[in-house]
Amino acid sequence: MRFGICSFPGSNCDYDTLYVLRDLLKQDARIVDINSPKLSDFDCIIVPGGFSFGDYLRAGLIASRTSLGQEIYNFASRGKPVIGICNGFQILTELKLLPGALLKNDPFRFVCKAVNLRVEHTNSRFTKRYRDKEVIKMPIAHSQGRYFVDEKNLQEMKSRSLILFRYCGPQGEIDSSFNPNGSIENIAGIMNKEGNVFGLMPHPERASEDILSFRDGLMLWHSIIS
Amino acid sequence: MKVKVIIMPREGLLDPEARAIRELLKQSGLEVYSLRVGKIVELDLRDPSEARLIAEKFLVNPLVEEFLIE
Repeated sequence: MRFGICSFPGSNCDYDTLYVLRDLLKQDARIVDINSPKLSDFDCIIVPGGFSFGDYLRAGLIASRTSLGQEIYNFASRGKPVIGICNGFQILTELKLLPGALLKNDPFRFVCKAVNLRVEHTNSRFTKRYRDKEVIKMPIAHSQGRYFVDEKNLQEMKSRSLILFRYCGPQGEIDSSFNPNGSIENIAGIMNKEGNVFGLMPHPERASEDILSFRDGLMLWHSIIS
Repeated sequence: MKVKVIIMPREGLLDPEARAIRELLKQSGLEVYSLRVGKIVELDLRDPSEARLIAEKFLVNPLVEEFLIE
């Protein structure tokens, strides 16, 4: 598959994602530079983590208003798959490709640790290689990851099975004590109604190799590739 | 003409930054009834009526923020 990894000034997970897709999974993956934003050659776009434009004003805002941001919007509007990881998730909400917003963590501090996630639904192109309600482990690293959405969108996301990952305990318990950032209903990753845009705060690219202690991110990549 | 866009988190939305500052004041013996943290963007522009457009299109996320122009 041809993956385009969109790199903004301040993105810092772009080359980790490239390494996983190109070197580990032997895919045709390339970095897309902000100065040459052409996405039509790709099958899937990844918006990687980092601090694009220094998180100025709101995390993801400035990236979303660049021409590369608009290209991502157009790419997704054609029904092609887009994945936003961490800052990439923030950019996708700023683009309104996904509902809601990512606010300052509660409590307000940077969290960098491995968390348990429950795979809520496996009937998506992003999670189909996981088992339903499987508990997986991935690292998170952010200070603005408190997912917030209005009640109407929340209900719609629940009824349409668009919440794909939730923070949970080791046995899959969904409880505020396992919520690392105050996200509404422990939400860690969501998909759009059309099923082609996925945003998540955890880092699958940092959980794709045994040497990093975690490999539960691999099934996410395999879900898309297969 | 200079205008200020004052951006505040929506009322009722949890603001952990404000809570931390309030707690600091409390520990210093200074209790306040409420405290909110926002942002001010100062614009110098020819047509001040453009400030609203700029705020709505770029500066403010209406889901979580509200603003006023001064």
